Amino acid sequence: MDKLLEILKELHSDVDYENCTTLIDDKILDSFDIISIITEVSSEFDVQIPAGEIIPENFNSAASLWALIGRLMDE
Amino acid sequence: MSFVSLGFLAFLAVLIALYYVIPGKCQWMLLLAGSIFFYAFTGWRPLVFITVTALSTYAAGILIGRVNAAGNAWLKDNAGSLDRETKKAYKAGIKRRTRAVMVICLVLNLGILAVIKYTDFGISIVNGIFGTQIGYFRFILPLGISFYIFQSMGYIIDVYRGKYAPERNFARFSLFVSFFPQLLQGPISRFDELSKTLYGPHRFRYETVARGAWRVLWGYFKKMIVADRMITAVTALSGDTAAYTGVFVPVLVLFYAIQLYADFTGGIDITIGIAQMLGIDVAENFDRPFFSLNIAEYWRRWHITMGTWFRDYIFYPLSVSPGMMKISKWSREKLGQAVGKRIPVYLSTIIVWFATGLWHGAAWNFIVWGLLNCVVIVISQELSPLYTRFHGRFAFSNTKGYNVFQMFRTFWLMGFIRVLDVYRDVPATFRQVGTMFTTPNWGRLFDGSLLGLGLGIHDYAVIAAGCAAMLTVSILQNRRPVRDRLMAMPVAARYVMFAAAVLLIFVFGAYGIGYDAGQFIYTRF
Repeated sequence: MDKLLEILKELHSDVDYENCTTLIDDKILDSFDIISIITEVSSEFDVQIPAGEIIPENFNSAASLWALIGRLMDE
Repeated sequence: MSFVSLGFLAFLAVLIALYYVIPGKCQWMLLLAGSIFFYAFTGWRPLVFITVTALSTYAAGILIGRVNAAGNAWLKDNAGSLDRETKKAYKAGIKRRTRAVMVICLVLNLGILAVIKYTDFGISIVNGIFGTQIGYFRFILPLGISFYIFQSMGYIIDVYRGKYAPERNFARFSLFVSFFPQLLQGPISRFDELSKTLYGPHRFRYETVARGAWRVLWGYFKKMIVADRMITAVTALSGDTAAYTGVFVPVLVLFYAIQLYADFTGGIDITIGIAQMLGIDVAENFDRPFFSLNIAEYWRRWHITMGTWFRDYIFYPLSVSPGMMKISKWSREKLGQAVGKRIPVYLSTIIVWFATGLWHGAAWNFIVWGLLNCVVIVISQELSPLYTRFHGRFAFSNTKGYNVFQMFRTFWLMGFIRVLDVYRDVPATFRQVGTMFTTPNWGRLFDGSLLGLGLGIHDYAVIAAGCAAMLTVSILQNRRPVRDRLMAMPVAARYVMFAAAVLLIFVFGAYGIGYDAGQFIYTRF
């Protein structure tokens, strides 16, 4: 989780990722950010996030993104 | 059958009356019959094309559903005896089969679109490069084909991704593809959203129908009073490029921005309003786009359903594809982290904007239009750290006045890119824009030339009043929906206002000889 927070902080250092649950709904992350995150996650955790998983529910918070990574690693 | 015709209004009145009389479970069947009747006015060939799309997409959806169901049942039955690797391999096999079905469906439908829409463009390129004289096919583009094919392809991709189960009833699916209010110019709906209300049943509710009627009326106001009145001036300014240079170029940019906005948003207002009168929720396609502070925001607020379609079905899959991930890895190693991580995003952005341009039309002006949008978005993205520092350092950049400046800047920047659409010729567009600096001729603004564009003083006054009304509604909408205010008024006042609005459209609407009121700009895409 710390590594993921590090990746997210690198994009927008001023966002409170530990508590924010509306990263997509409040347009804090845009499509460019999402692709940057996926590229970083792919390289850091060796997991591929398919396009079908790019939905607000998976990217609205660091916790939901972490849960997605965990689920994809388990599959 | 055009929205702007008495025939359509009669069709709509009969359909709505019948809709609320027949049993609720039959309402969607009436809508399907009405949609076929509506589309049949464009000829029997378009009906064949839309049937092929509906049938092939429906069949592909069913097939994907069956493969998934059979696979999942097998996995469930054998859950105890399978190890993790075997399960993984089996799931991958299912995915391969469903992907093959989806790809065949995509190739068939996008292939049809490509052949009809782009063959002559391809031939013109070949003829231009090799000096050949290959003849043109001059296919007639079925109205709305770009919209209903994109909507259907969104459906099949979603079914493949497991976002929802495929629709099992072909007639119900056909209504999703052909729902008449949105058939010709969108919005490009998603099945999971539209299907919530499309199939009813819906009981007559005065407030819902009245709110829909107000929205329809507002659409006709924009279309007939502003957009159609502007046609003659836009045609004159873009048609005679020798006469209308210099200062007339920004005039054209302004006029076309007003015409396109009133035409497209007006058409969508009519679409959404009709759907609402039927109790059906159609996705919003605009969110006051001319209030955008930058181009990226503009594209999140203009033709929203097209933008999200390209994002979800092209930009995302392309950006996270294994090929792009390899490019990303390679570019990080060779070019460093900072540059390397931008490569997949920007490569995908270029491809998406190229495709967006091509979607709008088979011509270079649309492709250049798409790529210019891309260039501005990428530059803005690269400069965003600078903007952040700028806003942090200078307090005035966070004021309302500065926001207005940003809106003004975005409006004109988008306008100058958009003018490629009306000149329809790339070199001519750049030449015309160049004359603003070489021969501006500012004086011609005041020598009566503007009255030689087919518009008299009274036309300009009507357009100005129409624009003021659109601006006022947009500002009011930001605080409280205008229709909420209308519905809160006493009943008698509402009826008087509605009648006055209808009268206004009849008196000031542009129709009759000289006006092509039948054609909405976006129906040709």
